[in-house]
Amino acid sequence: MSTIDAPGGTRLMGFGEALNDALDVALQIDPTVVLLGEDIDDESTGGNFKITAGLSTKHGDHRVRTTPISEQAIVGAAIGGALGGLRPVAEIMFVDFLAVAMDQIVNHAARLRYMSGGKTPVPITIRTASAGGQGFGGQHSGMLESWFTHVPGLKVVVPASADDAKGLLLSSIFDPDPVLFIESSRLYFGNMAFGEPGGDPRRLHVEVPLGDYRVPLGKARIRREGDAVTLVTYGRQVDDATKVADRLAEEGISVELIDLRSLVPLDLETVLASAAKTRRVVIFQEAVTRSGFGGELAARITEELFDTLEVPVRRLGAPNTPVPYAANLETAYQPSAEALAAEVRETVERKARAS
Amino acid sequence: MALAPEEPELVQLLTPEGELVEHPDYRVDFSDEELRGLYRDLALVRRIDAEATALQRQGELGIWASLLGQEAAQIGSGRAMGPNDHVFPTYREHGVAWCRGVDPLNLLGLFRGVDMGGWDPEEHHFHLYTIVIGAQTLHAVGYAMGLQRDGMVGDGGPELTGAAVAYFGDGATSQGDVNEAFIWASVFQAPVVFFCQNNQWAISEPLERQTRIPLYQRASGFGFPGVRVDGNDVLATYAVTQAALARAREGSGPTFIEAYTYRMGAHTTSDDPTRYRIAAEVEAWKLKDPIERLRSFLIRTGKADQDWFEALEEESNQLAKHIRAGCLDMPDPSPMTMFDHVYVDPHKPLANQREQFAAYLASFESTSEEHS
Ligand SMILES: Cc1ncc(C[n+]2csc(CCOP(=O)(O)OP(=O)(O)O)c2C)c(N)n1
Ligand SMILES: [Mg+2]
Repeated sequence: MSTIDAPGGTRLMGFGEALNDALDVALQIDPTVVLLGEDIDDESTGGNFKITAGLSTKHGDHRVRTTPISEQAIVGAAIGGALGGLRPVAEIMFVDFLAVAMDQIVNHAARLRYMSGGKTPVPITIRTASAGGQGFGGQHSGMLESWFTHVPGLKVVVPASADDAKGLLLSSIFDPDPVLFIESSRLYFGNMAFGEPGGDPRRLHVEVPLGDYRVPLGKARIRREGDAVTLVTYGRQVDDATKVADRLAEEGISVELIDLRSLVPLDLETVLASAAKTRRVVIFQEAVTRSGFGGELAARITEELFDTLEVPVRRLGAPNTPVPYAANLETAYQPSAEALAAEVRETVERKARAS
Repeated sequence: MALAPEEPELVQLLTPEGELVEHPDYRVDFSDEELRGLYRDLALVRRIDAEATALQRQGELGIWASLLGQEAAQIGSGRAMGPNDHVFPTYREHGVAWCRGVDPLNLLGLFRGVDMGGWDPEEHHFHLYTIVIGAQTLHAVGYAMGLQRDGMVGDGGPELTGAAVAYFGDGATSQGDVNEAFIWASVFQAPVVFFCQNNQWAISEPLERQTRIPLYQRASGFGFPGVRVDGNDVLATYAVTQAALARAREGSGPTFIEAYTYRMGAHTTSDDPTRYRIAAEVEAWKLKDPIERLRSFLIRTGKADQDWFEALEEESNQLAKHIRAGCLDMPDPSPMTMFDHVYVDPHKPLANQREQFAAYLASFESTSEEHS
């Protein structure tokens, strides 16, 4: 559990507020930073989830620009701006709509620098919201990170808490490579669904350092130390996993919880060190299990630690179906805390193989 | 913002005051009964919309996208279609759905999350709602090319020929898909009507964020005619759509119709439009209400009397009741239905996963029994 070094002081912030603060800082410290996306300026709504609220008023609508409804153009123009020396931050309303801009992301943003022998870097950041567990339906609820971790040249960041959201976003914006930054939208509301009654939307507020605070990409965060089993996850599943780890601790099961923070670059060392210690690993992801990032991670751990592991690495993710819309179906579909607890218990209780 | 005088290109047959006006290219020839029928459509669709909005406010629907203000654009175009014309809607085309005979409860089922749209698109010639902006315009073009291949373009009238009708908004015109659809339809002379409801807003973005020229003028650059019609005039939208459909079905290619209208309500029930637009704008458009003008016309010309309006009001109340009751009655789908329709053929790994999932759900039932 890392404590934050914050000489400039901190403030209690939620996830969305911390992102807003990061964008504000980036706009302030670097005149080449520009924001573009649908509905993002203050004449509009300050963004679908209001993450950019106040920024066009403060920094000008030439720097915080509401664009036509064209995802392909948002990403393509961001790339063009980057080629001309800007650091564009593009907002795509939902991760599902990245599909509309896929050519620009995969064939251009990710590959231009490589194909020019390093002459044309593309330091763009694409911020987007994943909306699983919000009741938004099959074309708004995907968790599609593995599409992008498969593409060499892209970095993929999935923050889990407000402090990391800020620090990772600033690092992403000033990273020389293109970064896809996926925001689990439930974290805007304390890991509840938009408009969900009850609960405390401020329950995930944490102290966030003020000013230019950065968290390096490629450095996982050990959220909880333990020795019986390693639980690896990222994004809003970190909150669920924390609750599960707390509950299991009462049952006497000591969970080491790793928040990956960035999938590319991946902090494999931290994962392997923990796995070597506990010798039992569960990977928890929101996305469909098949061909997901968890599969890649399981393979890496197994390749390195086959002889050390006592039981096979287990994955828990969503069923291999599109995200259903009905509230009861979506609840059943989302990999749950109960299912995770069961998976971890089983992994811990399973007899080690004879070596 | 007054329409007719400042907008000479705007096709209008019924003024906001309810006066009939002549147009050199477009006219309609409706019996009194047909005119009352159009009024009934407009009024009932508005009522369905109001009831759905209320149900959403009461937590019975997840979300609702209101068509308030756009009734005439949808009823006029929807009623102009023939049996083979096939609609590719957005998420707001409840009036067109009504014209195609889709049960309003099917629309509510979708927004309640009970299913993904319970109607049969082939039966109603009305495709499922499309949420990802603009994608359906390409589907319309492909469907239209299929009609060409099937010999359903040419002489023969609406009974033997058909066209595809793509609905989309002003915001959608900025999508690559939509512009590619224009190009394809033009190059292949596909029987498509591009019906754009320019309701002046794309969530919080005003029209100026999508275009610097009137949208209908874009069509000429793609090589087919564009026409701007008063989208709050049910007679004009009917006439213009009828002409475009006839042109498409006979093999003369696509038409772009810009139905100039206004989104009187929020983008969806999740949105608060007072944050980004001024009340005066909404007030100005209220004066151009699509239903009021037809009402004035029917009353002034004696084509409908007070009794008729009262009977319609009663029918409208009954419909609202029916919708409310039907909505509240909808059962939650069984969790296992999640695995239905992912693939056509049985698929072993998915079947296994389905079984595991059933066992997993059953484990909760047995624990809750243990506890009880
Ligand atoms: C590809 C894509 N981008 C963004 C969105 C989010 N979105 C939903 S509706 C909408 C505005 C569409 O405006 P318009 O085309 O004018 O249709 P209207 O809602 O006014 O009927 C946007 C941006 C989406 N659904 N799909
Ligand atoms: Mg619109």
